[in-house]
Amino acid sequence: MPSGTEQTILSDQVQAEIDRWIAKFPQGRQRSAVLAALHAVQHEHGGFVTPELMDAVANYLDLPAVQVYEIATFYTMIETRPVGRHSISVCTNISCMLRGSDEIVSHIESKLGIELGESTPDGKIYLKREEECLAACCGAPMMMVDHAYHEDLTPAKVDAILDALE
Amino acid sequence: MDQKTVKIEVNGVELQAQAGQMLMEVTDAADIYIPRFCYHEKLSIAANCRMCLVEVEDVHKPLPACATPVTDGMKVFTKSPAAISAQRATMEFLLINHPLDCPICDQGGECELQDLAMGYGRDISRYAEKKRSVQDQDLGPLVSTDMTRCIHCTRCVRFGQEIAGIQELGTMGRGEFMEISTYVKNSVDHELSGNIIDICPVGALNNKPYRYSARAWEMEQRATVAPHDCLGSSIYAHVLRGRVKRVVPRQNEQINETWISDRDRFSYEGIYSDDRLMQPMIRDGGEWRTSSWEAALEAAAAGLLEAAGGDAATHIGAWISPSATTEEAYLTARLMRHLGSNNVDHRLRTRDFSGQEYDPLFPSLGMDIAEVPSLEAALIVGSNLRKEVPLLAHRVRQAAVAGASINFLNLAIYEYLFPIAEYMVGSSADLPLQLARLLVAAGAELPKSARLLASAAASVDEDQQRTVASLAKADSGLVLLGQMARRHPQFGLIQLLASRLAAATGVRLGHLTEGGNSAGACLAGALPHRGAGGARLNDPGQTIADMIATPLRGLMMVGTEPERDCADAAGAVAAVESAEFVLALSPYFAGSLAQHADVVLPTGTFAETSGTLVNVEGRWQSFAAVAAPLGEARPAWKVLRVLGNLLELADCHYLTSEAIRDELASAAGQLESDNLLSAKASARADSQAETPAEDLDIPMYQVDAVVRRARSLQLTRDGRQARHGVTGRRETA
Ligand code: SF4
Ligand code: FES
Ligand code: FES
Repeated sequence: MPSGTEQTILSDQVQAEIDRWIAKFPQGRQRSAVLAALHAVQHEHGGFVTPELMDAVANYLDLPAVQVYEIATFYTMIETRPVGRHSISVCTNISCMLRGSDEIVSHIESKLGIELGESTPDGKIYLKREEECLAACCGAPMMMVDHAYHEDLTPAKVDAILDALE
Repeated sequence: MDQKTVKIEVNGVELQAQAGQMLMEVTDAADIYIPRFCYHEKLSIAANCRMCLVEVEDVHKPLPACATPVTDGMKVFTKSPAAISAQRATMEFLLINHPLDCPICDQGGECELQDLAMGYGRDISRYAEKKRSVQDQDLGPLVSTDMTRCIHCTRCVRFGQEIAGIQELGTMGRGEFMEISTYVKNSVDHELSGNIIDICPVGALNNKPYRYSARAWEMEQRATVAPHDCLGSSIYAHVLRGRVKRVVPRQNEQINETWISDRDRFSYEGIYSDDRLMQPMIRDGGEWRTSSWEAALEAAAAGLLEAAGGDAATHIGAWISPSATTEEAYLTARLMRHLGSNNVDHRLRTRDFSGQEYDPLFPSLGMDIAEVPSLEAALIVGSNLRKEVPLLAHRVRQAAVAGASINFLNLAIYEYLFPIAEYMVGSSADLPLQLARLLVAAGAELPKSARLLASAAASVDEDQQRTVASLAKADSGLVLLGQMARRHPQFGLIQLLASRLAAATGVRLGHLTEGGNSAGACLAGALPHRGAGGARLNDPGQTIADMIATPLRGLMMVGTEPERDCADAAGAVAAVESAEFVLALSPYFAGSLAQHADVVLPTGTFAETSGTLVNVEGRWQSFAAVAAPLGEARPAWKVLRVLGNLLELADCHYLTSEAIRDELASAAGQLESDNLLSAKASARADSQAETPAEDLDIPMYQVDAVVRRARSLQLTRDGRQARHGVTGRRETA
């Protein structure tokens, strides 16, 4: 529960989600809920967190803000700068590489007109810099779009997937 | 912890240790050196630098000495080929990304990395790839950063978490991209933050005001004592050609451990402010002119005599800074009494003297500073503790973190970075009443003079009950009166009630006093009602308040700036203005003294004089001058001695400040102070007009003439907020 009486900018759903996580840990160990809290906040906020949101999480969990920044910057699944709302990560680890992930990457780059690590100017798609093996080697090459896996990729298949994004 | 003694062997030498101690603690105690970066005796163990790897028999990999608990029969080798090779390998990794900028790095010559690279580094780097570089941080006016040099030992991060109580720096990112940072643009504002300069083993965090102004090996290190609060922290001044270039802590477990406050670290800048007076000044027909020492001293003596006009007790008085040395206070008091006046006071910020007959010999902490962390309960009354005495707040924090019940009765809400049991807050007019309620809650009777409060005090609430219960229960407890209580218009009553409360709950009474030498000034007799050693006087003189209320003809200022150092600033300036003759002994030529004084004699600051400060424990700390005096400034004790000679003060031929100290010490050196004496006082309990908390709270960097002139401190957040905003209450659990 919130430490202070101050208003929080976190939505009711996010607060409920954080509370659910706090309850899983012993009392006074609410720091353990930071990662889940950041996930929830990021999800609701279109794929990235801002210093204000991190401060709100820190305040909600009664932690020094800098501890939340530490965690947010450590984990690559938390984005701390504005990115497109759909996150695409193409696996370029060994199995996928052998099965042509490089062409998949360059196809996406030229189709979207952005490079790895960039977002499309309309804020729709974010092409993550790198992703290590996502444990779907049997379907290599593969990519993850938001939280869904897509395997046995070909340029045509990639087109279809990307075009279907809202 | 298991207190079992174990035997271990290090490099073939048998050592005794407590089971569970870390190897590094044991070898450090035995003077066996193991290289380290992240380990620091006052911080938690992080074991992240790996510089301390050693070989342990029957263990198949090197172990970090800082994080390896000793076990019975353990055989350790700190210099075996395996140990050395592990240490050298660690060093090689550390140097991969470390810039080779030692020639332009202030840390050069006192850098742990540089030293260890000499011992354990290779001559030639095998690393040909690109080195990483890291964006610097702007941490404010005190700490400069060169973050590319950081080796990620996290000492600075742990300092924030564990010592300051607020984590301002953190480790951002990871792996190759890890950086120490505040992440958002934030200065580091804690009043102890300068200590990260010392604990950073490399040149990543450095002293900003000192930056590029000297090399470590050119300077002389001279021991002295910090004069800006009542602890008297042990410091070293680093001096180049007679000038203080920087100040660092001198380890003293009794007082400041390995830390000092930013105020003590950076105040030296005030020594070299532009308004330093370089020559004696005499007012001549309304115009200032410089003068020789002889002429100025003669004018001073003549002026005092003339103002006294045969009735010194009515006409002249002295205002002594509570940070003046004991010798200065003693000689000033002697001089005034020789002329026939007891109008001598150093309690410049005090408003109420009604209980002074029963004041203790000197207001003391009532316990050792080093004992504070083992307090079980404390009630702190009228104190902005962190700003008043930063390192005492640190000790109180240690007690709080260890589970002590720390309670406040305060005039405003200040931020404390530790758990607080009860925080009671009220207006200044309310403070005595609240103390009376606590006394009632403790089951004690109100003192006669406070009976007026009786009916109101009868209603005791739960917070008050709990506070009193925690004090009563504690084996080691303290009621501590802060500086704001001391400046309160009803200080006499507050002191009386607080001593009764301490007695009723069976705890000690402590005081936090003004300046660096209130205790010394009391012992030296810089009081209107007591002589040296606390001797009672039959014909008490005027207090500072009296001297302001009925201005005198002649005034003598010793290290005092009337408009900044006195509770009644306007009254003080008016008194100086209306006096016919004002003599000032001052390092500075400024303000009302430059306007209204008649003779100003340039005296040295704390760095330019020898002397003695008596801290709030009653500890006499003598020190030698560390810096050359500026211009023609002279140590004030010498000026006072010559003035004494001119005024025919008997036995005033001291050759050294030690001679003065020894004379006083033979009368006062052994005396103990009993704070509970004030329980016998009687004090007015009439109602008082409201005094805003801001008027009682002197901002941290405004406390004395030197600090006020320390430029970098004035640029900090505390410096900029000439007046404290009321900050929110944080942790209350
Ligand atoms: S800045 Fe200094 S103290 Fe902080 S982690 Fe880096 S090397 Fe250690
Ligand atoms: S290598 Fe791409 S999923 Fe394993
Ligand atoms: S000193 Fe032991 S790991 Fe750093």
